[in-house]
Amino acid sequence: MKPHVVVVDYGVGNLLSVTKALETRGADVAVTSDPHAVLAAERLVIPGVGAFADGMAELEKRDLVRAIREYAASDRPLLGICLGMQLLFSESDEFGLHQGLDVLAGRVVAIPNLAGGGRWRKTPHIGWNELLLPPTRDTWERTLLAGLKEGAAATYFLHSFVAEPADPSVRLADCDHDGFIVSAAVQQGRICGCQFHPEKSGDVGLAIIDNFLSM
Amino acid sequence: MANVRLIARLDIKGSNLIKGVHLEGLRVVGDPQVFAERYYHEGIDELIYMDIVASLYGRNNLADIVRHTAQRIFVPLTVGGGVRSVDDVRDLLRAGADKIAINTAATRQPDLISEIARRFGSQCVVLSIEAKRRREGGWEAYVDNGREKTGLDAIEWAKRGEQLGAGEVMVTSVDQEGTRKGMDYELIAAVTSAIKLPVIASGGVGAPADAVRAVTEGGADAIAIADILHYGRHPLSAIRAAAIAAGIHVRRT
Repeated sequence: MKPHVVVVDYGVGNLLSVTKALETRGADVAVTSDPHAVLAAERLVIPGVGAFADGMAELEKRDLVRAIREYAASDRPLLGICLGMQLLFSESDEFGLHQGLDVLAGRVVAIPNLAGGGRWRKTPHIGWNELLLPPTRDTWERTLLAGLKEGAAATYFLHSFVAEPADPSVRLADCDHDGFIVSAAVQQGRICGCQFHPEKSGDVGLAIIDNFLSM
Repeated sequence: MANVRLIARLDIKGSNLIKGVHLEGLRVVGDPQVFAERYYHEGIDELIYMDIVASLYGRNNLADIVRHTAQRIFVPLTVGGGVRSVDDVRDLLRAGADKIAINTAATRQPDLISEIARRFGSQCVVLSIEAKRRREGGWEAYVDNGREKTGLDAIEWAKRGEQLGAGEVMVTSVDQEGTRKGMDYELIAAVTSAIKLPVIASGGVGAPADAVRAVTEGGADAIAIADILHYGRHPLSAIRAAAIAAGIHVRRT
């Protein structure tokens, strides 16, 4: 049986790559902005690039906020990618304070530009970084990142804001962007988020997609 | 430390991968898809497709090539050449591009940078600057593959692009491009010290050591490599190894 995945289309960004990455790993993918399809999904992916407020407004416009929240409450697999992960949180500071989907407690804040010694830390954070176990975790076994090698598996990041989960046990992986610790992945039950792009992270990313599809 | 990215730059004309010298005298290299797949499997960090005659002829045929590439290649893809509107950007993103490089249209209508950034986020806007040395010092920004002057100082234009909301700047030395004689390290350093955005250095890599110098002397965050990869003069692994030996953080594949 092919796993069925619903990819939420809310009008922005590159949906083709995530769709192709899922299909490459054997999934049957439906790209939709229909809230009923979201509610009925077996597995849900929320991709996304762009600004937080715009993302929420686009979800609202399509009546998707309630559908995603209801889906998330049902213990089915959910994967938010980049902005899609950030939207899962309670609120964001990006261009004013905005409410998020509030599926995970926490907020989204800007990467601070001031690095140690008065140096400037570049944003957007663009590039490949090795995934690290957060202090609150000692293994990735039986998680979205099962099978990956800590400190060796690198994934592709493209963002200026980061999520700060209120509950540190939600942090699944961190990465170090020029001395700043980025919450790279989160997981609570079967609700997962990646700040990086698994669909743009080569073999490591495809392995993560495999894990999501077998959740 | 952020990892420095090694990017394969594929200049496209029609449906072909081409390569020129000083962005001119173009020769057909082959099918871009074949090269893109090879670089992907060799562990390239990113790909850039530039339709290098698009703005000259006012057309945009890249979406099909991008769509084809996105089927099987799972690393970031930046696409440029002939991007003139928010709709062009939407079409390319929909076709599988992650970032858009903009040059000619931005010099004519700088607000386009802001419009695209507002709609799709700064992180997907790469300001592409073709810079040529001025006899009296400094660099001028050119468009249409180094053919046409803009009167803009390349460094000032980079700063302006940052203010307008670009998320990244790619600077190509027209003088060095395609020569394999090394990059314009002064130019790279001038851009990286003028702005706070990540900078992709492009033009002139003839050996792994040139890519290293772009970082150690120029402060580049990423290096675009074309000729030596396309013609198999140096494998990607040799460039990566040279970077690691020089103490530069790169992705270890």
